[in-house]
Amino acid sequence: MAFQILLNVFLAFVWMFLTVSFNGASFLIGYLIGLLIIFILRRFFHSRFYLIPLFVIVKLVFIFLKELLLSNIAVVKVVLNRSLDIRPGIFALPTELEKDWEVTVLSLLITLTPGTLVLDVSEDGRTLYIHALDVPDVKETIKSIKESFEKTIMEVSQ
Amino acid sequence: MKEIANILVMIFILSGSLLTLLSAIGVIRLPDVYTRSHAIGKSTTLGIMSILLGTFLYFFINDNHFEAPLLLSIAFVFMTSPVASHLISRAAYYSRVELWEKTVRDDLKHKRNEG
Repeated sequence: MAFQILLNVFLAFVWMFLTVSFNGASFLIGYLIGLLIIFILRRFFHSRFYLIPLFVIVKLVFIFLKELLLSNIAVVKVVLNRSLDIRPGIFALPTELEKDWEVTVLSLLITLTPGTLVLDVSEDGRTLYIHALDVPDVKETIKSIKESFEKTIMEVSQ
Repeated sequence: MKEIANILVMIFILSGSLLTLLSAIGVIRLPDVYTRSHAIGKSTTLGIMSILLGTFLYFFINDNHFEAPLLLSIAFVFMTSPVASHLISRAAYYSRVELWEKTVRDDLKHKRNEG
């Protein structure tokens, strides 16, 4: 992916040198033309056309923001509830992600999810230990949320 | 137009300080380290981010001044605060800080007892 971006920037520079106009606008035009060329030649690259993972990353950022808002509402609800009827607990979650940065992003997302906090990651990086604010009713739904997170992160690194 | 934008600034800063207050209340009310770290790690993050965004918009609208460090600090707070709450609660767990009434406790218990 990084190689394709670099190639695209290089093509934009080539366009600037071909037209002998060195400014932002011609860089932009060259970049768009380079994008088209890379799209046409996409089957010669090992990874996918680089706009796809880029869009998935943008999607991930929006998921982050949404989860941050939702988790704040959840925590405020717990704090302002008159009776403190929460049941905290720790549960293990097996993960299929392999690279270190993927596990890091997943645990960041989990920490920002309503009512969950990553306590520890096992040494082989295959199990996450999660402290949940309210175990009985959240556990299943949270598991499904995490499966969607995991899927999105896998989509980025295919 | 300026007035509307200033109302937006007001909403951002007020909601940010309200969230910070609520997380302080959460620290007092919640029973143990781990649940408190839920309150701190989430509400304060969004609170600070919203105050910083309000400040950024205020200077941008009224003084026409683009204060980029504020945007950078929003990103930094966003990235570092969950890690900090993770590290603090992990350190608490391995120094055998007791949990409140709990229901499920998995493998981590064995790991703590042997280490």
